[in-house]
Amino acid sequence: MLDHFDYTLVNWSRAQFALTAMYHWLFVPLTLGLGFIIAFMETIYVKTKNPEWKKITKFWMTIFGINFAIGVATGIILEFEFGTNWSNYSWFVGDIFGAPLAIEGIMAFFLESTFIAVMFFGWNKVSPKYHLLSTWLVAFGANLSALWILVANGWMQFPAGMHFNPDTARNEMINFWEVLFSPVAINKFLHTITSSYVLASVFVVGISAWYLLKKRETSFAIKSMVVAGVFGLLASIFTAFSGDTSARLVAQKQPMKFAAFEGLYNGSSGAPLMAFGIVSNEKDSSQNYLPDVKLKIEVPNLLSYMAYLDPNAFVPGINDLINGNLQQGIMSATEKIERGKVARVALRELKDAKKKGDTVQYASLKKKFNDPIFQNNYFKYFGYGFLNDTNSLVPNVPLTFYSFHIMVAFGFYFIFLFIVLLRYIYKGTLVQKRKFLRLLLFTLPLPYIASQAGWIVAEVGRQPWVIQDYLPTVAAVSQINASAVQITFWLFFVVFTALLIAEIKIMTTQIKLGPKEGGNEHV
Amino acid sequence: MDQKKEEMNMFETLSHLALQQYWWIIISLLGSLLVFLMFVQGGQTLLYALGKTEMERTILVNSLGRKWEFTFTTLVTFGGAFFASFPLFYSTSFGGAYWVWMLILFCFIIQAISYEYRTKPNNFLGTKTYESFLFINGALGTILIGTAVATFFTGSQFSVNDMNSSRWETNFYGLEAALNLHNLSLGLAVFFLSRVLGLLYFMNNVDNEPILERARKQLWYNSIPFLVFFLTFLAWLLLRDGFAYDPTTKVVFMEPFKYLHNFLAMPFVLIFLLVGVVLVLVGLVVSLFQKSTKGIWFSGIGTVLTVFSLFLVAGFNHTSFYPSTFDLQSSLTIENSSSSNYTLTAMSYVSLFVPFVLAYIYFAWKAIDKTKINEEELNKESHIY
Ligand code: HDD
Ligand code: HEM
Ligand code: HEM
Repeated sequence: MLDHFDYTLVNWSRAQFALTAMYHWLFVPLTLGLGFIIAFMETIYVKTKNPEWKKITKFWMTIFGINFAIGVATGIILEFEFGTNWSNYSWFVGDIFGAPLAIEGIMAFFLESTFIAVMFFGWNKVSPKYHLLSTWLVAFGANLSALWILVANGWMQFPAGMHFNPDTARNEMINFWEVLFSPVAINKFLHTITSSYVLASVFVVGISAWYLLKKRETSFAIKSMVVAGVFGLLASIFTAFSGDTSARLVAQKQPMKFAAFEGLYNGSSGAPLMAFGIVSNEKDSSQNYLPDVKLKIEVPNLLSYMAYLDPNAFVPGINDLINGNLQQGIMSATEKIERGKVARVALRELKDAKKKGDTVQYASLKKKFNDPIFQNNYFKYFGYGFLNDTNSLVPNVPLTFYSFHIMVAFGFYFIFLFIVLLRYIYKGTLVQKRKFLRLLLFTLPLPYIASQAGWIVAEVGRQPWVIQDYLPTVAAVSQINASAVQITFWLFFVVFTALLIAEIKIMTTQIKLGPKEGGNEHV
Repeated sequence: MDQKKEEMNMFETLSHLALQQYWWIIISLLGSLLVFLMFVQGGQTLLYALGKTEMERTILVNSLGRKWEFTFTTLVTFGGAFFASFPLFYSTSFGGAYWVWMLILFCFIIQAISYEYRTKPNNFLGTKTYESFLFINGALGTILIGTAVATFFTGSQFSVNDMNSSRWETNFYGLEAALNLHNLSLGLAVFFLSRVLGLLYFMNNVDNEPILERARKQLWYNSIPFLVFFLTFLAWLLLRDGFAYDPTTKVVFMEPFKYLHNFLAMPFVLIFLLVGVVLVLVGLVVSLFQKSTKGIWFSGIGTVLTVFSLFLVAGFNHTSFYPSTFDLQSSLTIENSSSSNYTLTAMSYVSLFVPFVLAYIYFAWKAIDKTKINEEELNKESHIY
């Protein structure tokens, strides 16, 4: 069974998905976090009736609106891109994957878009309580939408609650709750939303620091920083914990990704945690082992402990996963590919028997497919059957490794930063700490980098899989001309970049104008 | 107690076919609501025809600006619901008619920022550009959506193999649909319909005499082409051969007057169509001759009923809703393209949220639309597009 993959097409499709997802993700985390920050501020306003809090709320709401619009613009394409660019994928897993997307639309997007109208236009039309409720519902709706899309993504990393139906040649859902409450999905949701709260808090703090540096709007800035500082500190602590859980889950469910972002080539019992190292991407096909990391600084046994809560546990490295490790019961990649091919041949034979009307053969093959032994020993490796080269099972190690380490380093830095900030505010000395204020301002882009890096870890680290172990990215793509995808890639690149420039210009102008009673400026 | 138990099982007892039909009805309903909500798109193409000053255009943009998200979200949900219930359609059509869908999506991408950015200082592209984005969205978006939906009746050139993996068989990736006059007649009908609905919406929502004056005149210019294109499409539909399938063998074949037969075989669908068309006309008549501002309600409900009946005719009564002219047997039906029984059941529970969603949308709209939009109202407002 020979597959002819059009790698140009696959690579352009990947590039396009990465481009559009990363653009979308430039705006979404701010929406997720700022929504709640505004809701806190308006709650304080409704409780205290202090008009200054109304001014603060309205200012951040204006910023929210500018960011939200472009989040929506970049989001619509993703909803349809699974069909336009990954149509084989959309059939192969659509029975499971489509549901969260539909639920997101019905439950979350309508909630968000309905109450955002009340939030922006309702100040003079509805009661303060109704308005406050609308603001909370917008924040809640945005986070609900994140839940469903992350359930979908979590399912791709750890497929659960489904079985394969040979008649339709696709996976079908058998348990909705297993899809929704999969530990990977839930944890992904928690880590992603809390890291988004960190991003939004750093954003609010950074801009407030700018006002203080300019000696403008002092009271406005400090009040904003109190809300964002407390929220940010709590969120950044939770981000570190949920990130740690994420890593543990990856170790269990996607050991290759784990080995890649830890830079672990050769596994061992009592594996050390590498704090620093130079990772290369050499693939030596003459010898079977990939070269190890250079200039390592390691903490002994820590990795085993972090991955399995046992300092002596065995952690498989990239070489173990490719070549197999009999002592540890790890099957070699070659063997998995063989078994995957057996499963694919069986499916082909079943289809041929059906076409020929050979009911006996068909019935016996169908029985085979439903047999748990076949499922566990062969079908489990179905996706491997599309692959020929074991090296293709190794993701881009340096990219995953460095992205992971950047994210983690920033994660700890933010915790530290929020602690210092709250201390200075508490002591009332923040305004004099001009160096620190400058640091806050320059920190503003860092959570964006951490957040994008996190997605690179998650998505590049799972390559070559689009559905872990079941469907490689090369087999997921729509069968269209590579040139069509190339053109749309550049169209997206130009349009999104122009929109990004517009949004940055509009936003910085609004920030320079500062909070006004009206909260908004227009020509 | 017993009754409760029965309720818990309300969807489990349905057959797979019944669930497929239930979901086709939901898709049809979403599709028809979408066409009605495209009054936003139609309105966007009329900014310069109705607004002669900057202030007048700002009034129009703000009147639409409080509604555009609903149209947008309905489109997204339509896509998501189609994916969840009929994934083979999602993979075949989106992955094949690539260019048509991509163009439609670009039309909506540029819409999403235009309201918010139109009059903001230092907005990089300039007010005129954002207004032209709104125009492109309104004109091209509606024509392309109408054209794409017409292929439900005229067919496309694709094949689906025994692994259900699909492939488009022309290198135009969907653009060829625009060369078919029957498709185009629906595209243009949708375009003029959205303008008609936009005008009726303005009459109801805006309080500004010069704008209303111009809107009434424009209503004439748009109702007539709408009726011409729509009746052309409808007559052609009733006369053409359709894509039928045998309920037992599932073999697809061409049947003369298939869509006419469908209307006759499902009298309630015929009633929807007739009542729908009449209501659209009533809306036009009261607005043109009695200067009523309530036309949008008649024509809006009429639009929903009419489009609903067209969707039902496309998918029910053993009809292929997404036919292939390249290989008849690759045609998609609600039976061969749907999700599994389990997924449709689970999604059916989710569908129970829909009335709830409609209810809160209704209450939020009522609150926002308490006062009509005019200059005075806008001057009081802090958030202006
Ligand atoms: C402000 C952003 C931010 C910060 C400071 C952190 N993360 Fe993170 N991380 C994300 C933003 C993020 C993310 C963008 O939300 C990701 C991408 C995919 C996902 O599920 O969440 C992510 C993914 C992600 C993954 C991969 C999950 C997967 O592959 O499914 C791991 C293992 C961690 N994170 C671990 C951490 C640890 C141990 C941190 C230490 C403090 C940390 N992250 C801070
Ligand atoms: C918004 C945050 C996200 C970002 C920044 C992101 C980033 C990326 C990147 C960089 C790739 C390319 C990987 C490669 O080819 O090496 C990719 C691929 C992909 N991602 Fe994500 N991703 C995000 C969220 C999601 C979600 C939520 C889903 C699913 C629900 C998803 C599904 C996919 C698919 C289907 C591909 C294409 C196939 C592939 O290359 O594996 N992504 N994404
Ligand atoms: C980590 C991944 C993602 C999260 C957390 C997320 C979350 C959100 C949020 C909160 C919004 C509201 C607008 C905004 O905040 O800017 C939004 C918009 C949107 N997202 Fe994403 N998204 C993600 C990835 C995706 C993907 C992969 C898809 C494709 C299925 C998608 C489809 C959309 C659509 C269609 C919109 C516009 C909806 C509307 O409001 O009408 N998103 N997303």
